[in-house]
Amino acid sequence: MNFADLLGNDPGWLTTVKAFLVFALCVLLTLLAIWSERRIVARMQMRLGPNRVGPFGLVQGLADGVKLALKEDLIPKAADKIVFIIAPIISVSTCFLSFAVIPMTGKVSLFGHKTAMQLTDMPVGVLFILAAASVGVYGIVLAGWSSGSTYPLLGGLRSSAQVISYEVAMGLSLVAVFIRSGSMSTSEIVAQQHSLWYAVALFPSFVIYLISMVGETNRAPFDLAEAEGELVGGFHTEYSSLKFALFFLAEYVNIIGVSALATTLFLGGYHALPGLTFTENWLGGWFTMIWFMAKVIAFFFIFVWLRGTLPRLRYDQFMKFGWKVLIPASLFWIMVASSFRLMSQRGASKSVVIAAAIGVVIILLAAITLFDRSKEKSEEREALGDVAPPSFPVPQIPSQRAEQLHG
Amino acid sequence: MLSLALHSGTTATPEAVQFWFLAPLAVLAALGMLLVKKAVHSALLLAWVMVSLAFFYIAQDALFLGIVQIVVYTGAVMMLFLFILMLVGVDSSDSLVETIKGQRGAAIAAALGVGGLLTSLIARAVQGVPAVGLKDANNGGNVQGLASELFTKYVWAFEVVSALLITAALGAMVLAHSQKIKSKTAQRDLSIARFRKDSLGASAGLPAPGVFARHNAVDVPALLPDGSPAPSSISATLKARGDMLDSKIFELEAKEEEEN
Repeated sequence: MNFADLLGNDPGWLTTVKAFLVFALCVLLTLLAIWSERRIVARMQMRLGPNRVGPFGLVQGLADGVKLALKEDLIPKAADKIVFIIAPIISVSTCFLSFAVIPMTGKVSLFGHKTAMQLTDMPVGVLFILAAASVGVYGIVLAGWSSGSTYPLLGGLRSSAQVISYEVAMGLSLVAVFIRSGSMSTSEIVAQQHSLWYAVALFPSFVIYLISMVGETNRAPFDLAEAEGELVGGFHTEYSSLKFALFFLAEYVNIIGVSALATTLFLGGYHALPGLTFTENWLGGWFTMIWFMAKVIAFFFIFVWLRGTLPRLRYDQFMKFGWKVLIPASLFWIMVASSFRLMSQRGASKSVVIAAAIGVVIILLAAITLFDRSKEKSEEREALGDVAPPSFPVPQIPSQRAEQLHG
Repeated sequence: MLSLALHSGTTATPEAVQFWFLAPLAVLAALGMLLVKKAVHSALLLAWVMVSLAFFYIAQDALFLGIVQIVVYTGAVMMLFLFILMLVGVDSSDSLVETIKGQRGAAIAAALGVGGLLTSLIARAVQGVPAVGLKDANNGGNVQGLASELFTKYVWAFEVVSALLITAALGAMVLAHSQKIKSKTAQRDLSIARFRKDSLGASAGLPAPGVFARHNAVDVPALLPDGSPAPSSISATLKARGDMLDSKIFELEAKEEEEN
């Protein structure tokens, strides 16, 4: 019995209960995420971080939320009022959607029903997540536009351009997963990974997805939309009180969402680590949820780690990287992956496929080395190019002096 | 359940509820799109029409089509529209004067022509062709069915459309492209150029505005060591706006100090 049938047998009330559980889980995870991010970044910067409210400062997020909600709600005079109010609602309502198709556990029993912790299983589940994300961009764009001032407009444009371009790279990185698993349904992809995680089998896809998921969620080092030095707060500069809190919530739910998708597509979803498969039956199957959460939290830690480590990219470098490196690389990888898939479908043995893969890697490495060398040479030529000497004395360039001494 | 009901020609209750809830909204939004004043509002309403269409597709068991409708039309095409509207300036209202003579008449004729063509095509396609039914169409899976149709029967049309789209994209790039006559001056080039000048005066940057200890403001020119004001210390924007104090006052002051 596959997941679609399993979930299809759920009575309506059970789906409602599950929807509520997923929603509560997302909000709770957001509160914990904010706290843990602040604590971890603080540790990385040799500080303590929030430690006053509750044990270890755990309820700091809740306190901040209450504070935000009680603040005065301002709507600027120049703002387009309706769109200004709709924007955060779009942002926050779309970010929860992706959790509907993410399988968080294997088969479990909930209130006496055999089911799984997944709201619905669609044959195009992963595309559904992409669709929800692409509607979510509207929240950002409209917030930027409707604020009626310059910084938000620029921030909104920037961030939507960024999200759209990285969504292309993200979508392309998923294609190899679809080709290998032969399905676009999340539960089917997880089931296919019981022997080998796609993070290993489709390593290039995994790397591209990891990079583009950071770009897609507007997080450091790609948080150009709210580059404080240039754009104040970016698209949410004019927002305050609950509307700002909604954007904040959406950002964190999105981070958890892309982490959950990464877990589902590349790290075997709710499956246990290889060699620990026996744990999947513990607690009547609910132990798989712990595996799932552990993987999601690991991804979240990577997000925080990046934020604590890397400085922000310049906008043009960032866009260049997305369009000129990530997208061509994914296209090339899709071609390679589909040829391998075809080879194994036509009956080529595993060793032949692996040999071909090694061949591709060697050719790529050779090409990269040659390209680097020619680039170095042309740069040298540029550096020594015929420039007129300035009219005042300057020290000689060391390499030229060496040439004079030897020649 | 839903597909069964569709197969037998009746509409299941959830679908009917969804239809009667969404359809009026979609029609209202479509009308509003034509009638609202601001271009961005119009674009938003169009986006809503597209999303509700996607809901209808999904309710009709065309899952893939519905989701792709959202990804492609709402997520990409409408977003580009919004982008351009925002960049061009939203508050500029359209002029209602015809720039091309007889444009309105030609547009109406063309619209009627396309409408007639579409109607006749759809009528010809539907009439005399027995409906296969959703079950048979989705036999090997919705996505797989679509894929096999697209890449076998309609592969030529598919490729032609993709060639057309690529040509359009290339055309847009060619139109927007301007050939650079000289290379872009980057920060490094500017720095080199400063040092290449005969006098090294400007190489350390322009003097900061404000008179030391008295007028530490951006709109007051700095005083040079000899007491004369340096207008180059004031931002060009302030100069253009005329938000700049007359430097003569400071000159006089400097001379007075000298006399004392």
